[in-house]
Amino acid sequence: MTDSQTAAPQTATVPAPAPASDREPLLRVTGLTRHFPVTKGLFKRQVGAVRAVDGIDFSVNAGETLGVVGESGCGKSTMGRLVTRLDEPTGGKIEFEGADITHLGVGAMRPYRRDIQMIFQDPYSSLNPRHTIGTIVGAPFRLQKVATEHGVKKAVQDLLELCGLSPEHYNRYPHEFSGGQRQRIGIARALALKPKMIIADEPVSALDVSIQAQVVNLLDDLQQELGLTYLIIAHDLSVVRHVSDRVAVMYLGKVVEIAERDSLYASPMHPYTNALMSAVPVPDPRRKERRERILLTGDVPSPLNPPSGCRFRTRCWKAQDICASQEPPLTAAKAGHQVACHFPENSATE
Amino acid sequence: MLVYVFRRLVNVVFMLLVVAAVTFGIFFMVPKLTGSDPALLYVGKIADKAAVEGIRHKMGLDKSIIEQFWLFLKGIFVGRDFNAGVDVTHCSAPCLGYSFKTEREVWPLLLDRVGVDFSLAVGASILWVVLGTGTGVVSALRRGTLLDRITMTGALAGVSLPMYFTGLVALAVFANNLGWFPNNYTDFADDPLLWFEGLVLPWITLAFLFAATYARLSRATLLDVLGEDYIRTARAKGLAEPVVIGKHAMRSTLTPILTIFGMDLGGLLGGAVLTEKTFNLRGLGYEAVTSIASSDLPVIMGVTLFAAFFIIMANLLVDMLYAVVDPRVRLG
Amino acid sequence: MSINDKPFLSVRDLKVHFPTDDGLVKSVNGLSFDLEKGKTLGIVGESGSGKSVTSLSIMGLHRAGGKRGAPQISGEIWLDGEDLVAAGPDRVRKLRGQKMAMIFQDPLTAMHPYYTVGAQIVEGYRAHHPGVSKREARKRAIEMLDRVGIPQPDKRVDNYPHEFSGGMRQRAMIAMALVNDPSLLIADEPTTALDVTVQAQILDLIRDLQKEFGSAVIIITHDLGVVAELADDILVMYGGKPVERGPAATLFESPEHPYTWGLLGSMPRLDRELQDRLTPVKGTPPSLINVPSGCAFHPRCPYAELTGGRSTTEVPVLAEAAPQHHAACHLPIAERHRIFADEIAPRL
Repeated sequence: MTDSQTAAPQTATVPAPAPASDREPLLRVTGLTRHFPVTKGLFKRQVGAVRAVDGIDFSVNAGETLGVVGESGCGKSTMGRLVTRLDEPTGGKIEFEGADITHLGVGAMRPYRRDIQMIFQDPYSSLNPRHTIGTIVGAPFRLQKVATEHGVKKAVQDLLELCGLSPEHYNRYPHEFSGGQRQRIGIARALALKPKMIIADEPVSALDVSIQAQVVNLLDDLQQELGLTYLIIAHDLSVVRHVSDRVAVMYLGKVVEIAERDSLYASPMHPYTNALMSAVPVPDPRRKERRERILLTGDVPSPLNPPSGCRFRTRCWKAQDICASQEPPLTAAKAGHQVACHFPENSATE
Repeated sequence: MLVYVFRRLVNVVFMLLVVAAVTFGIFFMVPKLTGSDPALLYVGKIADKAAVEGIRHKMGLDKSIIEQFWLFLKGIFVGRDFNAGVDVTHCSAPCLGYSFKTEREVWPLLLDRVGVDFSLAVGASILWVVLGTGTGVVSALRRGTLLDRITMTGALAGVSLPMYFTGLVALAVFANNLGWFPNNYTDFADDPLLWFEGLVLPWITLAFLFAATYARLSRATLLDVLGEDYIRTARAKGLAEPVVIGKHAMRSTLTPILTIFGMDLGGLLGGAVLTEKTFNLRGLGYEAVTSIASSDLPVIMGVTLFAAFFIIMANLLVDMLYAVVDPRVRLG
Repeated sequence: MSINDKPFLSVRDLKVHFPTDDGLVKSVNGLSFDLEKGKTLGIVGESGSGKSVTSLSIMGLHRAGGKRGAPQISGEIWLDGEDLVAAGPDRVRKLRGQKMAMIFQDPLTAMHPYYTVGAQIVEGYRAHHPGVSKREARKRAIEMLDRVGIPQPDKRVDNYPHEFSGGMRQRAMIAMALVNDPSLLIADEPTTALDVTVQAQILDLIRDLQKEFGSAVIIITHDLGVVAELADDILVMYGGKPVERGPAATLFESPEHPYTWGLLGSMPRLDRELQDRLTPVKGTPPSLINVPSGCAFHPRCPYAELTGGRSTTEVPVLAEAAPQHHAACHLPIAERHRIFADEIAPRL
């Protein structure tokens, strides 16, 4: 673990000085949709669709981290699977470095698989228990037939060291490692082919608190060292705040708010974001007396039959008639801050 | 639910058609390819040419294979006439044709035979479910004890010892030496007591084989279930241990057993070749073996269709029962 | 000795050891605490700290499944004047679900998938009220579902667990636990499997119900935020032992043990300025078979060297550091306060 004092300032993570508008983003997603058909009856007529992801737009610039938060069922994990092309979108477009990769076949996708890597939530089930660490971390080299300068073994050992593991771990098996170490192994595997982008779905949620912080710091170090771009999907708002440059909030298959990290956390504009933030328990017993908590009632509606207009309106305390009839578009409310709400909060500030 | 059952039944018919087509294809094509002649099988080797041609025409063997298959299917649903000019034989639905060997109608023959398998399967299955599941459950609850080890070794023996070994030993000891049981089968309608006595040994031997599998499965399942969170919850509610095991754990344990039970029973109804052979029972399995040995194509067809029907129906029944047992399963 | 002299729940030197093929797993190794009715104790720790084993031991659930795999339990657990460790399994079973009840982490797996929610509540009620008719018990179940905030309880009572949402299921679990008005409620990670907005609802519900019924509550969690919401007192466990114990307010304001500092430093917090980096605890949690000598935390403690070698040889005991506030640490109190003020607090 590197010492905290040596950490570079936050701004160093953005390499290019050019203004954001004329830089081509590394990843751009437009109108991305994934509907799972629901069939019924003798002839399996399609009677509806689970709208897991229902038209979302965002982009991730090179070197930055976009955090995606939302509760279970909001579609964030499906979105991650779509972007890594583990699942086939039913609509919309995914562009990586300007190239359309939305419907590429396995062969055409292969070069992009090197550039886009995934880290999974569960460090217990994502590593094959019968393979040594050397085999697991070295697999990408073999699969992509990449030649390494000093052999695969040396390359793997370098990766292990980079991820805070010992090179001697090469011949050991996953069960000999703790959860945190396994997650490091998963990260080492993802880094093997020097990817440009890492998509991490709940990378720390299965880990103990003290280990979570180790992995969060490791991701941070790797980004600075290797100039990686992250798309981090998580349910934990505090973790997302810590790792992200920009944050997108999802609700029922839609992005309801996307903004610069500081702007989002300092003045959330969507009522849902507000409710989410106020619900996070804080390790400060005195605060529970004085803070006002927004308690959402009821459950998230079914993505099979989402509410008309604004999807959050059924649980929103600010909902008016217009919210039921008109879907609020995701629009820029202020610089670097987009929100999809007819009556956004904190809009008067600034 | 109704729509589901209907769709599955349509599926059953379709699958039986496929099975029929495949067996029909194999059994009627193979003789053509190898140069043997089905018509010859009817009349026997010494028949003269005219008789062979007559039979060929009467049985429709001179028609194309598609046409023959169509006639075969038609026979099942509406019956058919075997027509050679003046010599007309009517075979009413469901008609599976005539045995080459005995010239008996296949359908009544099989109906006659299936009674044996029915008697065998029902008796044995009651035995093995009760004994197998029972020992499995006791074993699981007494895991690691001497009792557990003994029963599981017994179960291993049951799985690995072949039927014709255990069966012959049982016959030699209990029927021939001790003379406790007869070694032949009597129809239930003729004499229920003799029917029962004649089946005791086959039941026990067959049940021993299956009970072993059920014991191992129920032991493993129960051990898994006992580790489930909801069992801990049941205990946390203060329920007595017999309720926790007997109600909460057993309901989940029986579900996978139900699945293999349906399949096993379906399979057995379609003929238990080794058991029948060992105990000299004349069921579908026996008929299958003899008909194959004598290339009696219509009987082979009939037995295959019967067996397929039982297995497919058992499958459907299991799926429907599953939906009754497990409320999470939605059919449709 | 009169019952009134003793606290409602009093755990004394509890040890729970599991014999395994690899050796003796010392899941809980000397734990003592008291809890009064109407109060909430938060037990905090990471996986393997012994927090869940403690709760299962109080409930007697380790011994319920027969002898095999059962742990060796020693010490005393006094619940309302009765020692549960010494009591027979049948006596403990009678108390379970009646005087003490428990809710679990994952409400989906904690309920039997084949029985309706109502049937499972009714069963718990009738187990301790044998004379009650099914109809009465069902009425009670509907009443409980209503009390925990389930809409249309008279209809939902006949639903199966899978037909409930995650939050509703946890409410139903709570209804099931509270159906016999227990005086001790143990909640083991009750909100870990839930979404954050639902978590807030459930925590509120537990708080309200406690106020209403005046029961003693133990909440077990790895999340310091959750205990801060609910607990009056907090017990931090590490490697099967308590390392710090104190009132919630003082424990969060001036934590005494380096492990507690580590936990606080590891959490990103929404209520504070964004830190550049988190300050994790180095290394990994200890093995419970070969627990490190002396202070179990010493291999991961950045200040172990300041104890002059005592941390590797001598097991520290809980000692009062401030009124009501105990910590098991060899560092002198003044030294601890200096380190916390100079090095830890600025980085939280």
